[in-house]
Amino acid sequence: MVSAQAFTTEQVWQWLEQIADPEIPVISIVDLGVVREVRVNDNQVSVVITPTYSGCPAMREIESNISTELARRGIQHLNLETKIAPAWTTDWMSDEGRIKLESYGIAAPEASGGPKRCPQCQSNQLEKISQFGSTPCKAQWRCLDCLEPFEYFKCL
Amino acid sequence: MTAGNPHLFEFLLRQGDNALVLGHRTSEWCGTAPALEEDIALANTALDLIGQTQLWLAYAADVEGAGRSNDDLAFLRDVYDFRNVLMLEVPNEDFGRTMARQFFFDAFQVPWLSALQNSSEQRVSDIAHKSLKEAQYHLERSAETVIALGDGTELSNQLMQTAVNYLWPYTGELFGEDDTDVAMHSQGIAPLPASMRKAWNDTVFSTLNEACLTAPDDPFAHTGGRNGVRHTEHLGHMLAVMQTLQRSYPGATW
Repeated sequence: MVSAQAFTTEQVWQWLEQIADPEIPVISIVDLGVVREVRVNDNQVSVVITPTYSGCPAMREIESNISTELARRGIQHLNLETKIAPAWTTDWMSDEGRIKLESYGIAAPEASGGPKRCPQCQSNQLEKISQFGSTPCKAQWRCLDCLEPFEYFKCL
Repeated sequence: MTAGNPHLFEFLLRQGDNALVLGHRTSEWCGTAPALEEDIALANTALDLIGQTQLWLAYAADVEGAGRSNDDLAFLRDVYDFRNVLMLEVPNEDFGRTMARQFFFDAFQVPWLSALQNSSEQRVSDIAHKSLKEAQYHLERSAETVIALGDGTELSNQLMQTAVNYLWPYTGELFGEDDTDVAMHSQGIAPLPASMRKAWNDTVFSTLNEACLTAPDDPFAHTGGRNGVRHTEHLGHMLAVMQTLQRSYPGATW
């Protein structure tokens, strides 16, 4: 049994940081900005999450992964809530998340609406292949120097 | 108060059913689109629309307060309970008609959802805010595609003009007005759809012009979808496919 004061808000955040995004496993759900709020009251833990896109099919898996992970850490009373407001934005992605994305081969979101550089060879000679990609949050681009296609995380 | 507000329920069904019916039609392209990139784009657009459907219909179910869920509303209602505009239920026909329809709808949704962000109902405003970002992205793509096809080859231009001519008489229903619209307006929940006309015209006429396409000069509008009075013969066929699992195995869950 875990006593009532066995965990803090900071600890819960750290545990959530260990949970990977199901579709882009290189970044965590905290890096992605999907976890909005954590509250700890005695032995009751509340976690608020928000979907990236309203039809994001990963939400159920994210919920289930949070429940499983926190139960494993000894949290018995979890109140998991989904809120759509304020609406998710790529501004909430952490700097660390952006770096991890790039090194994984996915260009990070830019306010200009397109990738800054090829994640493979760093060239800025790029062209858009399609506004959509393998998940709702990505588009497909191609590098005109190394000729590699790559994914770009859409700015939202 | 939202409970016991039948006009609000009706309004929410209209929002949810538009997203659901177009989302389902769009999903019919999955695996059969003319190019892989288009296939992916169509499937992602469908996914956004189904996501928006879940938000609107969950809200509608709460307002109705009859113990139904958003899934019940989507899968267990029959044709005449649907409140989508007729334009969204007609068959895809070809890629040209699919993209022209998406464009006509997106050109309405962007100003409409922008206005709904100021709704007196917080939940309407929240859903509009979330959906607007997706609608703007859809409009960017559908407008670009209409231009690329309209101002493309002789054949693509001809197919797009055929699509525009076919869809045009269905566009007027977007701006319909009845007791529900007036009630929503007077409660500050939504503007009158007719007030979107100027913004829609601006987007549509400038895009068609750039696409070397012309809009028919005929104000006739098919109506009956958004109030459920008279759907086309096509909706029943679509629902037969969309609802088959819940109809065959009532209560089945993942």
